[in-house]
Amino acid sequence: MRIGGATLLLGAVASTAAAPAHAHLVETGFGAFYDGIAHLALTPADLLLVIALALLAGQRGTRTARWTLLALPLAWLAGGLLGARAAAETDLPLWTTLTFALAGVLVALDARLHLGAVAAFAVAAGLAHGYVNGATMMAGGANLLGLGGAVSAVFCLLAILSAQVTTLQAGWTRIAVRVGGSWIAAAGLLMLGWLARPAA
Amino acid sequence: MTMCSNGARAALPRLLLAVVLGGLCAAALAHEETGQAAGLVSGLSHPVSGLDHVVAMIAVGLWGAVLGPPAIWVLPVAFPLVMALGGLMGLLGLPLPGVEIGIALSAIVLGALVLAEVRPPLWLAALLVAAFAVFHGHAHGRELPEGTSALLYSLGFVIATGLLHGVGILLGAAHRWEVGHRLVRAAGGGVALAGIFFLWRSVT
Repeated sequence: MRIGGATLLLGAVASTAAAPAHAHLVETGFGAFYDGIAHLALTPADLLLVIALALLAGQRGTRTARWTLLALPLAWLAGGLLGARAAAETDLPLWTTLTFALAGVLVALDARLHLGAVAAFAVAAGLAHGYVNGATMMAGGANLLGLGGAVSAVFCLLAILSAQVTTLQAGWTRIAVRVGGSWIAAAGLLMLGWLARPAA
Repeated sequence: MTMCSNGARAALPRLLLAVVLGGLCAAALAHEETGQAAGLVSGLSHPVSGLDHVVAMIAVGLWGAVLGPPAIWVLPVAFPLVMALGGLMGLLGLPLPGVEIGIALSAIVLGALVLAEVRPPLWLAALLVAAFAVFHGHAHGRELPEGTSALLYSLGFVIATGLLHGVGILLGAAHRWEVGHRLVRAAGGGVALAGIFFLWRSVT
């Protein structure tokens, strides 16, 4: 366990010593951690998933939101670490689109999901999106600190948004959440169409 | 106050210099997505660029307001999803005959329903609106400008459509007052007339 931690730390330090790549990822100029935060903000599929999951977890109450807040960032980190070891850059656009579209549908339906189901969904989605993050960010010249920035951004956005949704009382505000889910799901459905579109 | 003005005046050249220097920097290229801003703006502007789509979307909101709860909320939740299904059909190359006629008919029928204040059961209202949503999605959801982000275009398109529903709902809120009641019905009549014009244009 101690060796694993030391190796991880060494890996993190070694990766920060690497020369920055200027071609791929958005560079904020504030360092790798902030580049990771910007990566989430500029990757719509990731952003939509986190928003949709925050709405879904918030709809189901405080307890579900707390478990989701634990499950999603950890799964995202685990997926990211796995993706960082991937031999080639992997996008998995179908899976990342399916995850946020499904989350949007569940929000729009105000689906009465059990805590375990929401957490399991968060783990699966977090692993997929994290894996893509890890693979693409590393290929783009980022390091583990960048991945840490992305995971931190996921945690913060999820915490703020799901906490807000849990406080909403019945009425138009909860309907607005469902409308938001419906918009996310609709964008996901259209995106699936773009992915499956026959070549012109 | 004077000190503030002086300070602001002194900072202005530096600010201008910073803006100019900032403009000289090469644009950072996001790895996963390209054409993001253009995609979002195109998506947001596309639904409002076609009057047939605009009037029909506002009519959905107006009719929802006339019907009252729960239809006022069900229609805006259901419509984007079904519209996206229509867009999906279009993107997959599944043919839908008479798309332009269907869009024109949606304005005529929805406008007439608002004008006549027809209140069918919720399932029937949702079914009717969903049927028209397929035509709107099929026609408009697949017109992606070259070089833009497909996801952000889709998101912008859906948001703009949803906001048009919101405009209809807000206008329809006037329905509770006597004068507003007449104005909402008149707006429904206007939508129906516009629909007749679009129908005439689509068949000639």
